[in-house]
Amino acid sequence: MTAVNPGAPRRAQSAPDRTFLLVLIFLVTSALLLVSHNGDLLENLGGLGAVLRNPIVEAVIVSLFLANVLFAYLWRAAAWAKALVGLGSLLLVLPWAGQEDTSLLDLSIQIMIFAALALGLNIVVGLAGLLDLGYVAFFAVGAYTWGIFASPRFAEILRYYGENPGGTNALTLALGLFLTAITAASMIYIRRLQRSARPTRASSWSFGLASFGLVAGLLLTGRALLVLNASRAAGLGAGIDPSFFWLFLALSVLSAAVVGVLIGLPVLRLKGDYLAIITLGLGEVIRVLANNLDLYSAGSQGITPIGSASVPWFDRLAGTLGFQPDQYYLLFLYVLVLVLVAVILLVNVRLDRSRIGRAWIAIRDDEVAAQAMGVPLVQTKLIAFATGASFAGAMGMIFAAKQTFVSPESFNIFQSIGVLSMVILGGMGSFPGVILGAAVVTLLNLRILPGLGEATANLGIPQQVNPGQLQRLIFGVILVTMMLLRPEGLLPNKRRALELHHDDNQEDDSAQGTGPALTAGGGDVFSPGYATEQEDEHAGTTGRGTP
Amino acid sequence: MDLATLLPFVVNVIVGGLVLGFVYAIIALGYTMVYGVLQLINFAHSEVFVTGAVVGFEVFRVLAPNPINGYLKLLIALVAAMIVSGLLNVLIERLAYRPLRNAPKLVPLITAIGVSLILQDVLRIIEGFQGRFDLTYTLPQGFSGRFCAAQSSCAGLGNALRTIGIDLQLKDVILIAVSLLSLAVLNYLVNRTRLGKAIRAVAQDRVTAGLMGIDANRMISATFLIGGALGGISGVLFGMKFGTVNAYSGFDPGIIAFTAAVLGGIGSIPGAVLGGLVLGVIQNLIGVTNVFGGLLGVANLESIDASYQRIGAFIVLVLILIFKPTGLLGKSNVEKV
Repeated sequence: MTAVNPGAPRRAQSAPDRTFLLVLIFLVTSALLLVSHNGDLLENLGGLGAVLRNPIVEAVIVSLFLANVLFAYLWRAAAWAKALVGLGSLLLVLPWAGQEDTSLLDLSIQIMIFAALALGLNIVVGLAGLLDLGYVAFFAVGAYTWGIFASPRFAEILRYYGENPGGTNALTLALGLFLTAITAASMIYIRRLQRSARPTRASSWSFGLASFGLVAGLLLTGRALLVLNASRAAGLGAGIDPSFFWLFLALSVLSAAVVGVLIGLPVLRLKGDYLAIITLGLGEVIRVLANNLDLYSAGSQGITPIGSASVPWFDRLAGTLGFQPDQYYLLFLYVLVLVLVAVILLVNVRLDRSRIGRAWIAIRDDEVAAQAMGVPLVQTKLIAFATGASFAGAMGMIFAAKQTFVSPESFNIFQSIGVLSMVILGGMGSFPGVILGAAVVTLLNLRILPGLGEATANLGIPQQVNPGQLQRLIFGVILVTMMLLRPEGLLPNKRRALELHHDDNQEDDSAQGTGPALTAGGGDVFSPGYATEQEDEHAGTTGRGTP
Repeated sequence: MDLATLLPFVVNVIVGGLVLGFVYAIIALGYTMVYGVLQLINFAHSEVFVTGAVVGFEVFRVLAPNPINGYLKLLIALVAAMIVSGLLNVLIERLAYRPLRNAPKLVPLITAIGVSLILQDVLRIIEGFQGRFDLTYTLPQGFSGRFCAAQSSCAGLGNALRTIGIDLQLKDVILIAVSLLSLAVLNYLVNRTRLGKAIRAVAQDRVTAGLMGIDANRMISATFLIGGALGGISGVLFGMKFGTVNAYSGFDPGIIAFTAAVLGGIGSIPGAVLGGLVLGVIQNLIGVTNVFGGLLGVANLESIDASYQRIGAFIVLVLILIFKPTGLLGKSNVEKV
C-alpha cells in the first residue's frame, strides 16, 4: 500500500526532455504522409513510389503520423513544441494530405467519431460502472434523427400521411397540444406534491397515467403536424433545408439523451450483468425497429442520400485553400467533429472533477456505501446514461452526414462491443486512454487489417486464411492477449491501475471475485478528487512523461 | 379460422415453442452453470455450442452412407459433440479466464468476447478448407418424418397426441427426450453426487470451500466441462431442429439463451430451464401474431413478423425484471456491508 500514499516522493529520475526528438519525428512523419498521399509525386518517384503506395506501408505511415499527437501528449517537451505538433498535425498536415486523398479525411473523421463514442461510453462504464452493451442504440437515434429529415425520406413520410389523413384537421392538432400541455402540467404538479409529502400509491399511479397521456398527446400532435404539412411534400424532394443542421444537432443530442433516460429509467435498478443483458436487448430492439419501420427508416435498404450542413463561408474558405467542391462537406465535418471532440473532452474533464463525477466514481466503487453517504442512485446513474447517450447522438448525426447513408447494419451489437473494447483497450476511466483506444481499434479495423489483406492477396495464401478475411480472429487475439498481459489498458487511469495491481498482497478478499471492488472502498487513502487532479496535471503542457 | 381449428393450432404453436424452448434451455444451462460459479457471462459459450453443432454435422455426414441404426448415429454424434465441446470449454477456461480470476469483472468479459470472435473465425476456416460454409444436416432416415407415422409401432402415444391435435416430427420427440434425459442426468450430478456438492460449495464461497479441502480450480474446470458438454448436446439438437448451421449462427440463439438464463434467475438451474421454455413459447407465439391479428381484425398485428421475436423476448425480460429483479426463480441476495 505504500505506492498509494500521495505524500510519498515521486520517482527520482524524471523523463528526459524530448523536444528535439518530438519535432524531428513530427517533421519526418508529416513529410512521409504528404508524399505518400500525393499521387503525382508518387508517379515520379518510380520504385520508391510503388513501395509507398503499398497498403501496409500506407497504413503504417498513417499510424506513425497519428502517433505524433500521442507523443506530444506523453513526452516531456517544451510547450511550444507540444502545441506545434498537436495543432499542426490536426489542423494543417491532415487536411492538407486529405486534399489529395479524401479517404484520409474520412478515416480521421471516423476515428474521432469513435473517440467521442468511447468518451461517452467511458462515462457510463468507466466512471459510473454501469455495463452498457447497447450503447450504439443512441448512436442510431442521432443518425436517424438527421437521416430521416435530411433525405427524400421526409417527403415520403409526408406523402404517406397526406394519403392517409384519417380525419385529421386543425382541431386534432389543438387537441393534441391541449393534451400534451395538460398532462405535462399535471406531471409537474404531482412531482411537486410528492416532494413535499410522502408519495402515495395513488400519486404514483396518477403520475404513470399522466405520462401515458403525455405520450399520447405528443403522438397526436406529431401526427397532426405531419398530416397538415403533407402538401409541402413536393417541395422537400431532397430533405429539409441544410441550414437546419445546427437545430438538428441540438435535437439529436436531446433525443438521444431522452432515449437514454427512457431506457435507463426502468432498467437502472438492475445491477451488473442483468443491466448488461437488458441494455444489449434494448439496443437490439432499436435496431430491429429501424429494420422494420419501413415508412420511417426505409427498412434494411437504408436511407440515402443524406445531406450535410450548408455553410457558405466555410465552403469559400475551403475553395481558396484549394479543395474540390465535392470535398467541402468532408472538410467541414472534419473541423466540426474536431471541435466537438474537444468540447466533449472538456465536458468530460469538468464532469469528472465535479460533484457528479465523484458521485459516479463512488457508485462504481461501492453502490451501497455511496447510497449510505447520500448519493441519489437512480438520478446519478440516469445522468451518466443520458450524458453518454447525448455524445453518441451528436456523433450519430455526423456519421449520417459523412456516410450520406444510414442502415440498421451500422448499429448492430458488434459496434457496441467494438466501442466497449476501445474503452477497455485504452484504459477504463482514462480520457486520453479511451481516445487512444478508439484510434488504435479504428485504424486496425479500417486500415491495417484490410491493408494486410490487400498486400497479401497475390501471395498465393488460400482464400480462407487471407489476413483480410481474418479480421475477427486477429481482433479477438488482440483483445485476449491485451486483457491477459495488460488488463488496465494502454494508458491506464492511475487510480484504476492501482486497484488492479495492489490486490497482489490482499489475497483474502481478492480470491472472491468481488475483491477489487471491496478493497478499493476499504484501505484506499486515495481520494477521487486527488486522482483526477493528478491526471489533469499529467495532461497539462508540462506533462511529466510517466505513462 | 374458427375456434375448432384455432385450438389445435394454438396447441401446436405452444408445443412447437416448447420444443424450441428445450434447445434454448440446454444452451442456457451452459451459461447459468458458468455464471453460478464464476459470475462471468461466458460469451464464448455460443461458439462452444456451435462447435458442438459442427461436430454433430461431421458425424452425421461421415456416418450417412453407413447402414447402422439412426439412433446409434445420433448417440455417436451427441457423445462426440459433448466431448469436443466440453474439452474446448475447459481449454478456454484454462487459457483465457483462469489467469484473470482476480481481475475486475469487465476484464474476463472482454476476454470472453475475444475468444468468441476467435472461435468464429477458426470454425469458418476449418470448414472453409473443405469448401463449406452453411452446414446442412443430413439426418438419419425417417427423423424428419412425422412422429408415429406407422400406426402399428406406437399406437397408444401417437394416437393420444393425434386426438388432441398435436402433430410432431420424430426429431422433435427425440429432441425433447434427449433434453429431458440430459436434464435428469444434470440434476442427479449436481444434487446427488459429491462432485455436485463440491461445485455448489465453490459457487457459494470459493475461499471457504478451499478451506474445507475442495480444489476450487478443479471444480471450476469440472463446471466448464459439464457446461461445454451441455453446449455440445444443444448444438446437435439445434442443428437437427433448424437444419443448417454456420460459424456465425451461434450469436442469435446464444443471446436468447442468455436472456433465458437471466429470465429464470441466473445461476439457478431450474430457472434456466423455465426461462428457456417461456422464451421458446413466446417466440413461437409472436411468430404467428399475424394469424391472431387476422382473427381479431387488427391490421397492425399482421405486419408483426418473425423479426419481432427477439424484441418480444427482451420486452418480456424487461417486464419480468422490473417486477422481480432477480428473475423468475432467482433468490434475492441480501447485501452485506
